[in-house]
Amino acid sequence: MAASSTVAASAGPARPAQSFWQRVRGGDEIALGITFLSAFSVLFVTGMIVWELWANSSLPRHQFGWSFLVTQTWDPVAGQFGALPFIYGTLVTSALAMLIGIPLGVGAAIFLAEFAPPKISDALTFLIELLAAVPSVIYGLLGIFILIPILRTIEPALRSVLGWTPLFKGPFYGVSLFSAGVVLSVMIVPFIISISREVIRAVPNEQREAALALGATRWETVWDAVIPFASKGIVGSIFLALARSLGETMAVTMVIGNDPKIKASLFAPGYSIAAVIANEFTEATGQPYTEALIELGLVLFAVTIVINGVARILVATAERGKM
Amino acid sequence: MTNGLLLRRKAVNAVMLTITGLCAFLAAGVLVYILGYLFVHGAASLNWNFFTKLPTPVGETGGGMANAIVGSAKLVMIASCVGIPIGFLAGVYLAEFGGGTFSFLVRYVTDLLNGVPSIVIGIFAYTVIVLPQKHFSALAGGLALGVMMIPIAVRSTEEFLRAVPVSLREGAVALGATKAKSILTVVIPAAKNGIITGIMLNLARVSGETAPLLFTSFSNRYWSEGLSQPTAALPVMIFTYAIAPYEDWHQQAWSAGFVLLTLVLAVNVIARLILARRKHVAR
Amino acid sequence: MTRRLFGAALTLALAAGTASAQNVLINGAGATFPYPMYSKWFDEYHKKFPTLQFNYQSIGSGGGIQQVTQGTVDFGATDGPMNDMQLKDFEAKHGGPVLHFPTVMGADVPVYNIPGVTGQLNFTGEALAGIFLGKIAKWNDPELMKVNPGVTLPAKDIVVVHRSDGSGTTYIWVDYLCKVSKEWETKVGRGTSVNWPVGLGGKGNEGVSGQVKQTPYSIGYVELIFARQNKMSFGKVKNASGAFVEASLASVTADAASAVKEMPDDFRVSITNSPGKDSYPISSFTWLLVPAKIPDATKKKAITGFLTWMMTDGQTMAAALDYAPLPKAVVAKEQKALAKIQ
Repeated sequence: MAASSTVAASAGPARPAQSFWQRVRGGDEIALGITFLSAFSVLFVTGMIVWELWANSSLPRHQFGWSFLVTQTWDPVAGQFGALPFIYGTLVTSALAMLIGIPLGVGAAIFLAEFAPPKISDALTFLIELLAAVPSVIYGLLGIFILIPILRTIEPALRSVLGWTPLFKGPFYGVSLFSAGVVLSVMIVPFIISISREVIRAVPNEQREAALALGATRWETVWDAVIPFASKGIVGSIFLALARSLGETMAVTMVIGNDPKIKASLFAPGYSIAAVIANEFTEATGQPYTEALIELGLVLFAVTIVINGVARILVATAERGKM
Repeated sequence: MTNGLLLRRKAVNAVMLTITGLCAFLAAGVLVYILGYLFVHGAASLNWNFFTKLPTPVGETGGGMANAIVGSAKLVMIASCVGIPIGFLAGVYLAEFGGGTFSFLVRYVTDLLNGVPSIVIGIFAYTVIVLPQKHFSALAGGLALGVMMIPIAVRSTEEFLRAVPVSLREGAVALGATKAKSILTVVIPAAKNGIITGIMLNLARVSGETAPLLFTSFSNRYWSEGLSQPTAALPVMIFTYAIAPYEDWHQQAWSAGFVLLTLVLAVNVIARLILARRKHVAR
Repeated sequence: MTRRLFGAALTLALAAGTASAQNVLINGAGATFPYPMYSKWFDEYHKKFPTLQFNYQSIGSGGGIQQVTQGTVDFGATDGPMNDMQLKDFEAKHGGPVLHFPTVMGADVPVYNIPGVTGQLNFTGEALAGIFLGKIAKWNDPELMKVNPGVTLPAKDIVVVHRSDGSGTTYIWVDYLCKVSKEWETKVGRGTSVNWPVGLGGKGNEGVSGQVKQTPYSIGYVELIFARQNKMSFGKVKNASGAFVEASLASVTADAASAVKEMPDDFRVSITNSPGKDSYPISSFTWLLVPAKIPDATKKKAITGFLTWMMTDGQTMAAALDYAPLPKAVVAKEQKALAKIQ
C-alpha cells in the first residue's frame, strides 16, 4: 500500500521521494493518464469533425469566400449560395428560446430544490427529466398540433400589446420564428431544471443554516447564500441548453416555416442552419450543392464558437463584478 | 423603519416563492400535457402486435415495430459504450486534475461539440464510417449517437464532481489516500446522484435522436443481424410514419413515441431503484 | 446481481444479432412517392421467396441517386431521372453504367383551402406559374376568374405553400412549370430543391397538406395519392391540348401513352405536359436505378428476378394503391432492357 506523498511531505523532515513505480501503483499516474486521454479524445473527435467539414466544403469556400456569410440568396438551381438568412434564423430562435427558457428553468429549479416538499420535488423532477426523452420529431408534431393553434389564439393579444414594435408586425401563418423559439424553449428547459436543481441541492447545508441563523428570509437565503455557490453549475446547464438550441434540427424545421428570408418580425417564417441541412442534404446532388450545405455546418460551428466566447466573457465580467 | 424593511423582505420572499412555484408548475404542466397527449393518441392503438411484429406495408393492419424497439436498444447500448466512458473520464479529468489552458480548451470544445447539429454528426459518421465500408450499419449509428453523448457526459460529470465539498476530499487525503483512491472511493460516490442524473438525461436525449441515424444506421424493414447491417430504430420510424400520408401510420407514430418515452422512463426508474437499494445496503 | 443482469442483456443482444447465413439482404433507397407501392411489392416478393429481404427506405429521390452512386445501397429509386453529369459520375465510380427502370406513374395535384369555395377549381399552367412566382397575388385575379366562371373567388391574398425538403414531388411540379412558363424556367428553373420566390415551406407531403389545411386561402402541391387519402380539394389543370383534366389513374396513363412513342432507350423521359385531350399534364414516371454490373451473383439473381416479377405480376397491384400501371409498350421495352444487367 503506497503511502501518500502529500502526508509524508507535510510531516517532519523530508523523506526520500517515492520511486516512479511506487507512485504508479498508487494509481495517481494511471488515473491522470486515462482521464487525460479521454479529455484529449474529446478534442480529437471535435477536431476530426471540423476537419471533415472543412475538407468537404472546399468548392463553395473557394467560390464564394467570405461573401458566403453575407449573401442572402440560396438558389440550388443557379448555384448561388449564401448563409445569412440561416444565421439570422438560428440566432433569433435560440435567443428567444434562452429568453423564455432561462428564467423559467432556473425559477423552477430553485423552487424544486429549495421550496418544494421533497416527495413532490423528486416526482416532478423525475417527470421533467422525461421531457428530455421526447424525440425531436414528436416535439415538432406537438408544435404543429398543439402549440401553433394556441399561438394563433393568443396572437391578437400579443399584437395589441406589442404590435407597435417591428418584432410583432406582419401576417402570422402559424409557422414562424416565434413558434420555433417557443418549441425550442420547451425542449431546453428540462436540461436547465434538471442540472440546476441537482447543483443547488449539492450546496452544503451549512450555507443555508448560516444565512437563516442571521435572520434571512427563505428567499434571501436562496438568493444570497445558496445560488452564488451553485452559479457555476447553473451557468453550465445554460451553456448546454444554448448549444442544444443552436443545433436542434427536426422540431425546428417543422414549425419555423422554412423560408430563407430575413424579416424583422418574429411572426414571419424563417429558416435555421440545422433545418436547411436536414431538409436538403438527403436530396442534394452535385458537388457545389452538397458542399455548400456542409459549409453551412462549418458556419454553425463558427457561430457557436463566437456565441460561447461572448457568453463566457459576459459570465467572467459578471463574476468579477460581484467580487 | 425596521418594520417597513422587514415587511418588504417578507413580501419579496412571498412573491419569489410564488413566482418560482409558478415556473415549476408551468414546466410540469407542459410535461403532463405532452404525456397526456401522447397517451391519448398513442396508447389507444397500442396492442400486442406493436411489440412483436415487423412493420407491414401500408394499408395492411397488424404490423408492429418490434425490430425498431430492439434496434433502438442496440444503438443506445453501442452509444453508451463509447460516449459514457469517454465523457465520464474526461469530466473526471476536468474536475480533479484540470486547471490550466488545456482544461479551458477542453471545456470550450465540449460546448462546441454539443452545439453541432445532430444531422452534421450523422454526416460526419457517414463520411468516416459508412462510405469507406460501403454500407450502412448499426455500428455507424451507435458511434454517431455515442459522439453526441460525450458533451453532456463531460459537462454533467464535471459539474457534479465539482459540487462535492472540498472538505470531503481533504478528509480522504488526510486519511492517507492517494488522489486516485480518494476520487474513486469518496468523491465519485458523493456525486453519484448527479452523475446518474446526467447519464439518464443523456440516454433519454440520445434515444430520441433521428437525424444522426438517417445516414448511418439507415433503417431496416426486417430484423437486423449483428452490428454491420442497417437497423430500424424507434425515432426513425416515428419520423417516417409521421410525415407519411396514412392515418394508420400516424397512429403508429404516436404509439411509437409513447413507447419510446415509456421505455426511457422504465430505464430511469430501474436505475434509481438500484441506486436506492445500494444506499440501504450496509457497507 | 446487476453485473449478471447486464451480462445476460449483452448476450441476448448479441445473440439476436448472430447472422443467419441464408437470408440475403438487399438494400435500396430513394423516392418517397412510390414508397407504398414498393413496400407492398417487396413484401409480396418476400412471401414468395422468404430468404430474399428487400429493404427499401424512402429518403428522397436525390438521396437514392446519391447512395446508389456511392455504392452504399444495391439499388436506388427516383422520381426525376438522373442527368448526364450524374450518369458520368456513376460510371466513373463503378466502371459501368446505371440503368433506369420505370415502375409506376403518379401525379402532382394543386391543393387549396378557400373558405366558402367547395367546388373544384380550374387552373391553367400559366396561372399556376404566376401564383408560385408571386405575380398572381390574389384569388380574385382575372386569370383565375376567367377559367372559373361559376365560382366567386374572394379578394384575399394567396398564401403559397411549397416543399421545404428536396423532393421528387417538387421536381415533377417545377418541371411542369418550366414547360408552361418561360419566366419560371429562366427565373427559377428545375430541380428537387429550388429557390422559391414566395411561400412557406412544409416538410414532406404531410407538411404541405397540413399547412394548407390550417391556413385559409392557401395553395400547395402534393401527390395525388396523398390528396385522395386525406380527402383534400384539388383542382383540375389545363393540359397541352386545352382541356381541363382532373388527375386520375386514367388521365395519368393517357399522359404517359402519348410520350411513350418517343421513349428513349434509357427510359429517361419527362412526360409532363404531353399532348392528348385526356392527359393530366403533371404526371411522371418513377424509376428504379439499378447498376448494370452487379458483382454479387445472388444479389443479381434476386434483383433481376424481382424486376421481371414487377413488370408483370407487380403491375396488377398498382391500381389498388392509386398508382397508374405502366403502358404495355413500356413494359415490353423494359423486359428487353433487363438483359443489360450483368
